[in-house]
Amino acid sequence: MNTAPASVPLLAVEDLSVEFRTRSGTVRALDRIGFELHRGETMALVGESGSGKSVTAYAIMGILDEAARTTSGRIVFGGLDLVHADDKAMGEIRGRELAIIFQNPRTALNPIRPVGRQIADILLRHGNVTAALAPQHAIDMLARVRIPDPKRRALSYPFELSGGMCQRVMIAMALACEPQLLIADEPTTGLDITTQAVIMDLIAELAAEQNMATLLITHDLGLAAEYCGHIAVMHAGHIVETAPTAALFATPRHPYTAKLIAATPGGAPDLAGLASIPGALPDLRRADLPPCRYTARCERVATDCEELPLRRLALGAGHHVACHFPL
Amino acid sequence: MMAGEALLAVEGLRKLFPVGKRAIWPRNRVPSFLHAVDGVSFAIGRGETVGLVGESGCGKSTLVRLIARLLDPSDGSIRFDGEEIGTVPARRFGLAPQRGQIQMVFQDATDSLNPHFTAFRAIADPLLRLRRLSGAALRARVAEVARLTGLSADLLGRYPHQLSGGQKARVGIARAIAVEPRLLILDEPTSALDVSVQVVILQLLQDLKRQLNLSYLFVSHDLNVVRLLCDRILVMYLGHIVESGPAGQVFAAPAHPYTQALLSAVPRPGASAGRSTRIGLPGEPRSPIDPAPQICPLYGRCGRASEACVASMPVLREIAAGQFAACHHPIADAVEPRLMAAG
Repeated sequence: MNTAPASVPLLAVEDLSVEFRTRSGTVRALDRIGFELHRGETMALVGESGSGKSVTAYAIMGILDEAARTTSGRIVFGGLDLVHADDKAMGEIRGRELAIIFQNPRTALNPIRPVGRQIADILLRHGNVTAALAPQHAIDMLARVRIPDPKRRALSYPFELSGGMCQRVMIAMALACEPQLLIADEPTTGLDITTQAVIMDLIAELAAEQNMATLLITHDLGLAAEYCGHIAVMHAGHIVETAPTAALFATPRHPYTAKLIAATPGGAPDLAGLASIPGALPDLRRADLPPCRYTARCERVATDCEELPLRRLALGAGHHVACHFPL
Repeated sequence: MMAGEALLAVEGLRKLFPVGKRAIWPRNRVPSFLHAVDGVSFAIGRGETVGLVGESGCGKSTLVRLIARLLDPSDGSIRFDGEEIGTVPARRFGLAPQRGQIQMVFQDATDSLNPHFTAFRAIADPLLRLRRLSGAALRARVAEVARLTGLSADLLGRYPHQLSGGQKARVGIARAIAVEPRLLILDEPTSALDVSVQVVILQLLQDLKRQLNLSYLFVSHDLNVVRLLCDRILVMYLGHIVESGPAGQVFAAPAHPYTQALLSAVPRPGASAGRSTRIGLPGEPRSPIDPAPQICPLYGRCGRASEACVASMPVLREIAAGQFAACHHPIADAVEPRLMAAG
């Protein structure tokens, strides 16, 4: 189904549904989503806030909130089903083979521990090095993410580093054990645009070096297009379209994808050329959600959309769309 | 541009913040100063939208707070509609007649709306304080600006937590235009919004500008948005304006190396070749604390630097019609430099 060699995918999310039980009702955050990621591939999950991008990332990492329940599906990573794996098995994989970079590096790092020590902790936890060698390895990692003067910086606390430097430390921590899959959850939010470019280039370069798969979570379609080979568009807990980047921009097939591209200020010559997307995400606590959750905002809506179960159409060359009336 | 014509004219504006430990005997130490805004001059014409771009720490926010008269400048003049307002202390500017004419829309509507105020109360607040309106007149004016900003009447009774991001942004705009300002300062008005809502708010701002004949100072680090909304842009780096000019022209042919680097970092959908053409800025910015006055602020990160860049501080000069850059070695390949024909 992918353009990559027909090998076993590194990560296969199949039919995954996640719910959150809250005081005000059950939030159906993910509804039977599926995608595959092969070794060395980069894929972006794109969508508005509340569409389920981060929940997907957290589900893969096994760090969902207590209130979450996985009601269906599997997450197969390297032959192991992560949904049903026990805590011990997860603990072995997480950090070593699966790594994540969080949105805000300042809150994700331990504020009262020097950054070199935090990297050494990970190396020691996963048993790759001896306690005597760990500090030197941590310094080497800081040098790999191009932090100037790594020996001195290893002794710095997060508050002594700029936002871009903290994000480099996060990347160094994530890559310390040479993971096979890196999840980058909005890695450049809050960073300046030139810093964003440097950080994204760094992630792309290191991923290529290690033949690592990358899952980039972002709301910025432009960023996704620049760095990822495939894009999956999410809307209200559904993956509405998955396609190679060029195909997604050339021939978007889901009405939401088309709107999202038209709403992104990038190529448009003036403001009138930008489309707005009417309406908002549906309330995911509703018990009577239609099978397609875009119906209330869609211009092509018909009775089928509210009655028939949602179909996932394969359009060839890794292009999938979940719509009864694709463009 | 003649000084009398512009709505806002800023001349040689500086703001220095004292930094470092306070000594018991002040004469025993040399004071240090952080040069947040260091000699900035520009003008905003009537009905013009000027974009202010730059990275965090470049002095955008300080400049905006100086113009909004929330901070007192260290030096320089701010003239609004021909009258000097830079000398009025910020504490007393609330009583000045210009207070209502310069209004601000803040970055994150969630943080800038009082959680105890309904939308109605938030919009009414400046009218109560600056216009002393009450009763039917107040309700009529609030209803009018709510209509202008597309807020339906039933939303006015709601508190911020009951409103969506787009609705909160509208309340923030309605509050700012309620007292009929002539200059609206917009500080990243859409940075907290999703693209689907962002478009609607930007279009609303453009409509309001035409209807109410407003001038905008639009601060943003989303260069794509600035390009769509602004007539002219100012690029700021370490307290200096390094380039200014018509938005289309600056985006098509940046003259300052910093502007060029900034533009090349913008991710564009459909342009996957972006990385190969990127111009990087190596290293970190120079320290803004007691900078050497003769060294170009970009020195050390710039590929075009020469001895001239440490010998004298470059000043803004016209590179092409209406486009100014403060650089000894401007990029002049795209646009033919023209002889001065300014009026």
